[in-house]
Amino acid sequence: MKNLWLVIKREYITRVRRRAFILATLLTPLGLGVFFLVVTLIFSYENDEVQRIAVVDEGNLFEGSLADGSGIYFELSDKSLDELREATQNDETDYSGILVVPAFDKPEMRNFSVNYYTDAKMAIDLQSVLEGRIEQALRRYKLEAYELNEQLISSLDTDVRIGARPITPSATGEEKNTSFASEIGAAIGTAMGFIMYITVFIYGMMVMRSVMEEKTNRIVEVVVSSVKPFTLMLGKIIGVGAVGLTQVVAWAITIPLTILLLVAVFGVGLDPESAQAMAEQSGAGIDQAEAQSMVEEMMASLSSINWWLIVPAFIIYFLGGYFMYAALFAAVGSAMGDDLGEGQALTIPITIPVALAFYIMIVALRAPNSSLAVWSSLFPLFSPIVMPARLPFDPPVWQVGLSILLLILAAIGLVWMSGRIYRIGILNYGKKGSLKLMVKWFFQSN
Amino acid sequence: MTSSILRVENVRKEYGSKVAVDDVSFSMPPDAILGLLGPNGAGKTSLIRMITTITRPDQGKIYFEGEPLSAYHPSQIGYLPEERGLYKKMYVGEQLLYLARLKGMDKATATKEAKQWLDKFGLGDQWPKKVEELSKGMQQQVQFIATVIHNPRLLILDEPFSGLDPVNTGRMRREIANLREAGTGIIFSTHRMEQVEEICQYIVLINQGRNILEGRVTDIREEFRAHRFRLVYQGQLSSSIRADYQVVEEDVHEVVFQLQPGQDGNVLLRALIDSRLSVRAFEEQLPTLNDIFIKQVTQIA
Repeated sequence: MKNLWLVIKREYITRVRRRAFILATLLTPLGLGVFFLVVTLIFSYENDEVQRIAVVDEGNLFEGSLADGSGIYFELSDKSLDELREATQNDETDYSGILVVPAFDKPEMRNFSVNYYTDAKMAIDLQSVLEGRIEQALRRYKLEAYELNEQLISSLDTDVRIGARPITPSATGEEKNTSFASEIGAAIGTAMGFIMYITVFIYGMMVMRSVMEEKTNRIVEVVVSSVKPFTLMLGKIIGVGAVGLTQVVAWAITIPLTILLLVAVFGVGLDPESAQAMAEQSGAGIDQAEAQSMVEEMMASLSSINWWLIVPAFIIYFLGGYFMYAALFAAVGSAMGDDLGEGQALTIPITIPVALAFYIMIVALRAPNSSLAVWSSLFPLFSPIVMPARLPFDPPVWQVGLSILLLILAAIGLVWMSGRIYRIGILNYGKKGSLKLMVKWFFQSN
Repeated sequence: MTSSILRVENVRKEYGSKVAVDDVSFSMPPDAILGLLGPNGAGKTSLIRMITTITRPDQGKIYFEGEPLSAYHPSQIGYLPEERGLYKKMYVGEQLLYLARLKGMDKATATKEAKQWLDKFGLGDQWPKKVEELSKGMQQQVQFIATVIHNPRLLILDEPFSGLDPVNTGRMRREIANLREAGTGIIFSTHRMEQVEEICQYIVLINQGRNILEGRVTDIREEFRAHRFRLVYQGQLSSSIRADYQVVEEDVHEVVFQLQPGQDGNVLLRALIDSRLSVRAFEEQLPTLNDIFIKQVTQIA
């Protein structure tokens, strides 16, 4: 027991103080923050080119006034197209384009062709501005022609939203609106599945490299003359797991902090003006009261999720999944020779179930109670990734219980099995590792 | 009666269908450095791994100071494997502490011992350096310190001098001798015979998993004496002596006689002196361990 603690401590300390670890832990949030900032800046970038456009309004659609856009200045011209073209060609004017709006007669027309003359390519921004201006003017014209009331027309459209409510009332008698529950559940499930997937890979690989390092350094024979190989392996898995936990916790604190800090310093993304502009552009036009009720529903959905089950279950799946896969990686590491590349093929049998579990998780999010989702959330190699994704959708308690029981049994079994392979593998310098050899080592006596 | 530090009884170890150690028995004499000899692949490492409790024998027993080997004994054993190394990224002092504490030492004692040993090897200022910054010779010495820091009752050294320069070899040999004086049992495993003759007083020779020869070096050489005498002389070797005694090697002023049963070295020497030839040197040629080793090993194979 004392030796186990010594091994854990060594694994933890020698890793955490490495420059690469400190840099990765500190710079990743900063890197993400900078990325976030740059992306925001790129999207908020507006056209800074100044364009002057001559408009030949043959049917007097604009009634003599046309609002300028950002960097776009319109000039209603009474000259003809040919005159303008010639003047522009001879550099007598500095128009970058000429918009010719032809005359029209009937208000019931559905299509309207307009020509824009320019020697440059037409930018998408400009095209949408031009079309928007003309469509607006036409609408105004049509409303007048038909003598219609704008308010009446807008009241024709009704915004319908489906509110999902439980059939069986909750114990408190309260009827919660759970319309956001599935979206939020999916988001939480994806996040948990993804965290599992990433950590199993990063830290499982770290355990494998640690095993190989000891073997190639030839320190391992000295160490196992004082420590049982199983203790050494277990200490390694726990020590590296603690390193992973440190990093994940550090990121969970620093990443949101960095983003908040960047928002505070640069004020990107969240200032109300640009948010409003965005809302206007998308035409959603959500008013204050509606937004308020949406937030309230979201909070209600969040509180309707059974956190008392999700949080402890997630921790159990996290630990079980980590131990199981880290032990397998340790066994593979012990079978590898001095050459990392040569043994890489041995990791494939481990990476395949992890990758499969990840894809099943994505499917399980869409149909949390399909038989694929149910069965793979019971199968221990898949369950640490699939079941957390199902948890927000209230799977039957017996499924969660059985799945956890199977996972714990499998984790213990695989750690034990890996230990048997590991104890022989680490002292085997000559032979190249193979699956067949690992099976043989498993059955070999001590 | 005090029991031997280590007694191996009919030990057998198989790896799959391959028999690595087959019915090996020996007992460490109290006052000698034991040489464990054998060609590569003879089963030395397999045997040592059982003594260090890394593996367990399939059959047979190993006794440490009269007790069957148990989980407590690794703390009494220091093992320097042939395939050895250190954690390259750890600091020298930290590494020694870690390995010492795995052997059950407390932190304060381990720190004190580590400092003393480093000073003794002139490495006192290397404590805060990373192992990878040390020269190869220094790393070997740190490795040796890690093996002996917990003051083991039994020390097992597998090819301890491989890769060492003569200065460091000398220093390590002195330390081994000191430990021997202090009563530490030492097993010295090698296939380099000249080192065995210099260091060990007792040998166990293993080939193909069996011990084929065991005993005091002097006794073994006596047992394997071939009754050959080498003579360096001045003058003429008389024909009567040539007729009486078989000459197996001859050089200018140098011959080697092979005596037959019933013939005696002293009688030969007297005859030589009587033949009025000037004797410069006359000695019995005892076989070297190397000769015995090769003879025994090739005999079996």
